[in-house]
Amino acid sequence: MTPTLTITDQPIDVAAALAAVQTDTAGAVNSFIGTVRNQSGGRPVRRLHYESYDSMALTQLGHVVQQAYEKWPMLQEVAVVHRKGTLELGDVAVVVAVATPHRAESFAACQFIIDTLKQVVTIWKREEYEDGTEWVAAHP
Amino acid sequence: MSLKISLFGITRDIVGTSVIELPAPAPATVGELLAEMRRQYPALGELRSCAVAVNNEYASHDQPLHTVDEIALIPPVAGG
Repeated sequence: MTPTLTITDQPIDVAAALAAVQTDTAGAVNSFIGTVRNQSGGRPVRRLHYESYDSMALTQLGHVVQQAYEKWPMLQEVAVVHRKGTLELGDVAVVVAVATPHRAESFAACQFIIDTLKQVVTIWKREEYEDGTEWVAAHP
Repeated sequence: MSLKISLFGITRDIVGTSVIELPAPAPATVGELLAEMRRQYPALGELRSCAVAVNNEYASHDQPLHTVDEIALIPPVAGG
């Protein structure tokens, strides 16, 4: 049950992430797929630039997944893949996939991992607009 | 003792480089480092938050710093 944790500058293979958590002992696979949206707060977005502090991001991601295993002891396999670099509209930015024996815990664990990832994992997002760029969430 | 500080995202834009070296006598704790960086680069104080990481972990303000530590400023994260 070693989690698959990856930060990559290559397009994410969603099917591979789902396959990574497939196991005969789990009847539920739940996934979250985050994609690049064409607007932010009503402002048109052209593309996104993600930057990662890889070693810390993977360390913190490991902590997040460990917390999930403690909260949901029945949690079996976990895969998290996050993209970095320049992403175009519609590109997959992140995939979280979990496998549990039953479905209720799969929804809860998947949501916990993506919500906590957004709070602690050292990845930054710069939105590109027609007239400039801005680091997301940097200022109050 | 000197310190090397890695900078990411908006902190790199503010400071203008991805690594800054603070010569001796360098700040002894995380709190002193933040105060010194904000003194040199006031725009850091305008961020929603700015944490310090030591050896890939979030550090508290009273944590001591050593030359061998991997130190980084962590502006508000925005993954996902």
